[in-house]
Amino acid sequence: MASEHIVKSFDDELSQLDNLVATMGGLAESQLHAALDALISRDVVTAEKIVADDKQIDGLEEEINIQAQNLLALRHPVADDLRLVIAGLKVSSDLERIGDYSKNIAKRTQILTGAPRLGTSNSIKRMGGIVETMICDVLDAYLARDMDKADDVRNRDEEVDALHSSLFRELLTYMMEDPRNISYCTHLLFVAKNIERMGDHVTNIAENVIFMVSGHRPSEARPKDDETPFTLVDSE
Amino acid sequence: MSSSNEMMVNSTTQKIRAGLKKRYAAERRFQFYGIAGISIAIAALVILFVSIGSKGYTAFVQTHIKLEVFFDPSKVDPTGERKTDVLSRADYAGVVKASLRARFPEVKSRKDKRRLYGLISSGAGFDLRDMVIEDPSIIGTKQALWLVASDDVDMLLKGHISRDTEEDARPIKNNQIAWTDQLIADGAVETPFNKRLFTAGDSREPELAGIWGAIVGSFYTMLVTLTLSFPLGVAAAIYLEEFAHKSKLATLIEVNINNLAAVPSIVFGLLGLAVFLNFFHMPRSAPIVGGVVLALMTFPTIIIAGRAAMKSVPPSIREAAAGLGASRTQVVFHHVLPLAMPGILTGTIIGMARALGETAPLLMIGMVAFIVDVPDGVTDPASVLPVQVYLWADAPERAFVERTSATTMVLLGFLVTMNAVAVMLRKKFERRW
Amino acid sequence: MFALQDTKGEALVTQATQTEETTIIQGGKEAPVNNKVVAKDVAVHYSGAQALFDIDLDIPERRVTALIGPSGCGKSTFLRCINRMNDTIEGCAVSGSLMMDGVDINSSDIDVVELRARVGMVFQKPNPFPKSIYDNVAYGPRIHGLASDSTELDEIVHRSLEKAGLWNEVKDRLLEPGTGLSGGQQQRLCIARAIAVSPEVILMDEPCSALDPIATAKIEELIDEIRENFTIVIVTHSMQQAARVSQHTAFFHLGKLVEKGTTEKIFTEPEDQRTQDYITGRFG
Repeated sequence: MASEHIVKSFDDELSQLDNLVATMGGLAESQLHAALDALISRDVVTAEKIVADDKQIDGLEEEINIQAQNLLALRHPVADDLRLVIAGLKVSSDLERIGDYSKNIAKRTQILTGAPRLGTSNSIKRMGGIVETMICDVLDAYLARDMDKADDVRNRDEEVDALHSSLFRELLTYMMEDPRNISYCTHLLFVAKNIERMGDHVTNIAENVIFMVSGHRPSEARPKDDETPFTLVDSE
Repeated sequence: MSSSNEMMVNSTTQKIRAGLKKRYAAERRFQFYGIAGISIAIAALVILFVSIGSKGYTAFVQTHIKLEVFFDPSKVDPTGERKTDVLSRADYAGVVKASLRARFPEVKSRKDKRRLYGLISSGAGFDLRDMVIEDPSIIGTKQALWLVASDDVDMLLKGHISRDTEEDARPIKNNQIAWTDQLIADGAVETPFNKRLFTAGDSREPELAGIWGAIVGSFYTMLVTLTLSFPLGVAAAIYLEEFAHKSKLATLIEVNINNLAAVPSIVFGLLGLAVFLNFFHMPRSAPIVGGVVLALMTFPTIIIAGRAAMKSVPPSIREAAAGLGASRTQVVFHHVLPLAMPGILTGTIIGMARALGETAPLLMIGMVAFIVDVPDGVTDPASVLPVQVYLWADAPERAFVERTSATTMVLLGFLVTMNAVAVMLRKKFERRW
Repeated sequence: MFALQDTKGEALVTQATQTEETTIIQGGKEAPVNNKVVAKDVAVHYSGAQALFDIDLDIPERRVTALIGPSGCGKSTFLRCINRMNDTIEGCAVSGSLMMDGVDINSSDIDVVELRARVGMVFQKPNPFPKSIYDNVAYGPRIHGLASDSTELDEIVHRSLEKAGLWNEVKDRLLEPGTGLSGGQQQRLCIARAIAVSPEVILMDEPCSALDPIATAKIEELIDEIRENFTIVIVTHSMQQAARVSQHTAFFHLGKLVEKGTTEKIFTEPEDQRTQDYITGRFG
């Protein structure tokens, strides 16, 4: 990695930005984990806490905005320093959305407490688990400036998409079987969608890491396997 | 931590304070030395000027005696035809003598009469002649005229001859003094401004002697010097500074020019004698030879001043001109030379002032001759002011003492003016960029 | 009247009005231009010591090219090769090929005086002649005989001062000395003086380093305006200035040309690590 700047305070300010992103990412990861646990175990108290804690993530995004703005105004970064600041701004926006999705899941937990146990819990847990690991890995890639790791994360979204497609079909089937399930399944649909969107945002972060290190966006399109826009389940 | 910083500052300040007293004392001492030095220099100058001035100021006035002069036609124009050659050869001295006899009829003996005639300058007759030739109608008339008194009377009136010395020890005798006193009592003695000093050429008689010849001679000599040394000096300076490549030859030339400036002036005189007079047979004692010799002396001064002036033109101006596409010559003549000109002029004026005051080389080329006529051109024999001072300093007549000092004052006046102009020029053009 | 056409998804032709020119923008790059000055293997020795090594650099026409690099890296030396100002330095030897419009500048056939009329120069410290403002601008046209009478000369002076953005400030005092202006005005006067001989290339050696920020901004605006008509090469210590003002940038280090390219590329993703370290302030 490149050597230190002659003016040490510049390096300090760039490190501060990194720390804020790391903290924010860690929070997003733990929020997702807690939201999923609360959903599966129907824990309303934890769910309420998760909703309240989302403010911290929003606060961190604001701090990152301010830090990035100051760096641009006062330090005139160029080349890799500039890409670092730009990436930091964009990544914080993605992390904030991820946090919002976790909050959304937690909100729906309160409603879903009376739902019958459907077989979808495992799929949701699995999907959420993958995304959790993806968040953790992409943040490692960000802090280590590791392009290959970021690329790897990018590819894993395919699995998330596939899981989302199958969940979609499963939930549709449940809704068609028993109209009383419709409310609950709709909420679960949204939960699944939230997790799938979180995966997309993590992919955004991975692409920004690649941009930060190399200066280019990845040339191949990200792998997509989301069939839900084309899914129709007929009632026999 | 901040308290230890405080302590550090205090101990540093203490150290500084400890040394301050000594430093201020040293400065005051230095100021004292400076002022003392300047005071001594000024005192020396003042003494010099006062001593010369006190000796010379009386030369600016000349005693005149009023006499009734009868232009006796029998003496002045015996033929009555008013022919110029007759008029110019008439015995005007006799006319003067007759006037004196008329004024002091009691003087009888020949010796006394000779003494009486000694009251008026021998040159008064020439003045009368000039008057008659200009206006012959005065022949036959009686005119009350102011005639130039002799140098002895002049010296008596100016106090340079004391009445207390023994009669045998002074040139003016008792009866002459008595007659002079009578004339004074009659109001027939005046000491107006000595115009003759500035209008006449050299003369054996001090009361008739003037420095105009020397002034004109100096002028012609300076003219030749300037005409020769300025263009050649500036051209040489331009070549050496702007066009010559830095080489061993260039360094050699530079060293030699600096040495030339230090050569004693009399050596230039010897050169003038050997080469210009003996080899080229140029006219002896003429301003042209003097001018050439002095030009050789002034040449290195102008070159050195010129080079220094051109060196001080900042290279940014040269670069700007060159960057616009000016050739080397254009850079020099459009930019460097105009900016260097004040410095060159200052150097030239200083060189010329030095040349004005030079005596030794001019003595060698013969300008020590006794030249009465005011020179007409650069080839006529002439004298120069410093040589005039040298000649008069040697002369026996007492009246020449004051005239020597007066001439020195005039010469110093010219030199001071020239140097003042040089300083003014330098100040005025000091920073123009 | 207005039509946005999308051809091949990449090229966009924008047509504002029928009378204005069309600009073709392809993928963010402008259409290719001629190279006004082409340097190949240019090397400079000062009394034996080598100051520039094997410089290969193209200076495109009617663009601003910035030369950046730490002190003593040779950028000013290279700049001065283009108008052969290095000739005035004793012991300086320039080798290699330096072509302007296909003609080798360094050959002995070239008249240096003529070259310097075609390649103007503006220096670091403003250096107007100690003459009037009028005479400063008129000097170049006078010595090159560009005006046949005084009306023509007046026009040249007027136009040059206008182009330099100085006319309104000095039109009432053309006969006052040029040295009486402020620093920024003096530098614009020097630019007007250079423009007056209608050069094709203008070389600027750190033109703003002695000026305050407002004067600097005025000069940068001036450079933006005049680059339509002149090829400009600017040496600058300020990377921000190079970034603001130039379209192409070349980075020099220890007498070598390390990297050259469009200004955007150099300042967003430079290829050489040394370039990146210099522009980000990791060494200098």
